[in-house]
Amino acid sequence: MNSFDKIKAYLSSYDGPDVHIMEVCGTHTASIAKNGIPAMLSPHIRLISGPGCPVCVTVTDYIDRLIALSQNEKNVICSFGDLLRVPGSESSLSLARADGAHIEMVYSPVQMLDKARRDPDHDYIFAAVGFETTAPVYALLIDEAERLGIPNVKLLTGLKTMPQVIRWVVSSAKSAGETTEREDKSDEGRIDGFLAPGHVCAVTGYGEYEKLAAETGMPFVVSGFTGPQLIASIFRLVQLRGKDTCENLYPEVVSRSGNAPAKSAVKKYFEPCDAAWRGMGIIPMSGLCLRQDYMHRDAGSFGLTGDHAGRGCRCASVLTGKIRPTECPLFGKACTPQNPNGACMVSQEGSCYNWYVGGRTR
Amino acid sequence: MLEQTVTMAHGSGGESTGRLIAELFAKNFSNEYLDRMTDSSVVPGSAQIAMTTDSFVVTPVEYPGGDIGRLAVCGTVNDLLMSGAVPKYLTAGFILEEGLPMETLRRVVKSMADTAREAGVLIVTGDTKVVENHSSDAKGEGGLYINTAGVGFVPEGTRLDAASIRPGDKILVSGTLGEHHATILAKRMGLENESLESDNAPLDDIVNHLRTSGAAVRAMRDVTRGGLATVLSEFVLSSGQQIEIEESLIPVKKPVRDFCGILGLEPVYMGNEGKLIAVIAPEDASKALDAVRSAKYGENAAIIGEVTGDHGEGSAELILKTPVGGRRVLGPLYGEGLPRIC
Repeated sequence: MNSFDKIKAYLSSYDGPDVHIMEVCGTHTASIAKNGIPAMLSPHIRLISGPGCPVCVTVTDYIDRLIALSQNEKNVICSFGDLLRVPGSESSLSLARADGAHIEMVYSPVQMLDKARRDPDHDYIFAAVGFETTAPVYALLIDEAERLGIPNVKLLTGLKTMPQVIRWVVSSAKSAGETTEREDKSDEGRIDGFLAPGHVCAVTGYGEYEKLAAETGMPFVVSGFTGPQLIASIFRLVQLRGKDTCENLYPEVVSRSGNAPAKSAVKKYFEPCDAAWRGMGIIPMSGLCLRQDYMHRDAGSFGLTGDHAGRGCRCASVLTGKIRPTECPLFGKACTPQNPNGACMVSQEGSCYNWYVGGRTR
Repeated sequence: MLEQTVTMAHGSGGESTGRLIAELFAKNFSNEYLDRMTDSSVVPGSAQIAMTTDSFVVTPVEYPGGDIGRLAVCGTVNDLLMSGAVPKYLTAGFILEEGLPMETLRRVVKSMADTAREAGVLIVTGDTKVVENHSSDAKGEGGLYINTAGVGFVPEGTRLDAASIRPGDKILVSGTLGEHHATILAKRMGLENESLESDNAPLDDIVNHLRTSGAAVRAMRDVTRGGLATVLSEFVLSSGQQIEIEESLIPVKKPVRDFCGILGLEPVYMGNEGKLIAVIAPEDASKALDAVRSAKYGENAAIIGEVTGDHGEGSAELILKTPVGGRRVLGPLYGEGLPRIC
């Protein structure tokens, strides 16, 4: 038996104390589903999809503002595809587009520069959602727009950062454990370790996650995105249960200090600010906003904190690992990928989407 | 002599239309029925015929490995073949936007005629309309849309039906997946490279080889929009039988695999325009595989999995066994996929 087979055998026959592992990156969620990993794990190992899908954590106020902007004839909204179908409080961008609003799907924000230059009469507004991984791309966009003197390129920012929300999830899981009344719910929201987001760490470095491990008393393993990489990382987290260690199992891409040019580009244009997360409320300093000097590039991103998720939608409990997607009363009934009620069912990185499409039951 | 671009006059029904038909369509599609230039063509028939129609709106209209004309023939011919029919006659309806370069139309029509010859069908009647330019194309050139309807003869005793799928049957795919989808998407994104080429092709030779091999084919479908997973999910639904396929056995060319890797796409959900899936009785599987591999466009055929049986009321699923040893349920394609690939 080679070592990979040994790891697989260990994970499928594991009989120790239950281990609840949260993956906080949407790309991990998608890859776990794509590789069929849940079916390889013993019932004592549970994977929980955390708040790492940018579309899923976007509040309805943000979507509503985008829709309002798109209905103004002077604007053209550019967005990544997934965001188009996220329900706002009343409508979605794709419904607004069907009604004639100016919304374009782009593959990269930089595609927007050319359009904006050729069409100076319209403001081109990018729906800038994402985490530390995407922020450098927006920084580059603004950098180019400034350098080339293209004034009509703007951002509606909904950028978020990982460490703060991880802290929030851990403290919320702890308090849920303390206030649980029924014994059979004692596992609700418990987390024993984290798969740290590989791409985010590539930018920020994993130093931040060493601090998180020490603070929370939990293991963090920085993982790559292939099946074998994820399986190896889950294996390490099971072994490290109860230890406050951070291990980097993605060293070919991730260093302790991260990508200095990307970090400095982000720092030049953005600064930390409070941010609203779908279902979680405002988490202090968990977002990135344009700096005062570049406010002329902002399309009105401040104060977008209202969050009016669809009735009965339990996205928030799913995102924080308190319930499995299948435990939401709407799952697969009133909420499907064709007709999503909550954002978690929209995005290809969303936990509900992946559970539904992949037929996951545990 | 035809003009440089299509104008509204070409749709007038008058002299310009006549020249367009004579110098372009009739010349390229010429056959004894079309050449009579009657309001409808009268053609020899058969006791049972299969009929189908399909409209083609792909952008760009020309791409590596094919064009909208080849696609319009293949799409309809392949649909006839999948119901067990021998394709015989096609109609061709053209909707042209003014401003379409005549040279583009000429190439598309020629390609359509070549593909019809290759597939052994006759284009026996047609129609042309010209509409205003609605093109959002950067160059402002007019677009081009084609509808083809097809008639095929169905041999006595032909029965292809997903409901006849039984446990133990093998799943055969006629070649590598995802080329058409990847090619169109790459071209739209400005990421063309010479290693990506559409698989746009008629499947008649593969079907003929399968037929003469004598292998018992339970059901057959061409793998178009929605990809392999969508077709097999429909087989699971209509047969009530679970199907399990091995990811490592699914043929995908390296450039397509690389392209999918970059964009997070999955070959099992990508569209093709020259591939089929056949469900074959277990004892005939290797015979069928040999037959398909010896046919034109079938050299990369593979058996990728099997029907594992009825797993109780309504619980049958399509399972993908992943290379790391995991198992994953595949559903039909959710969401938009890629618009206008055919």
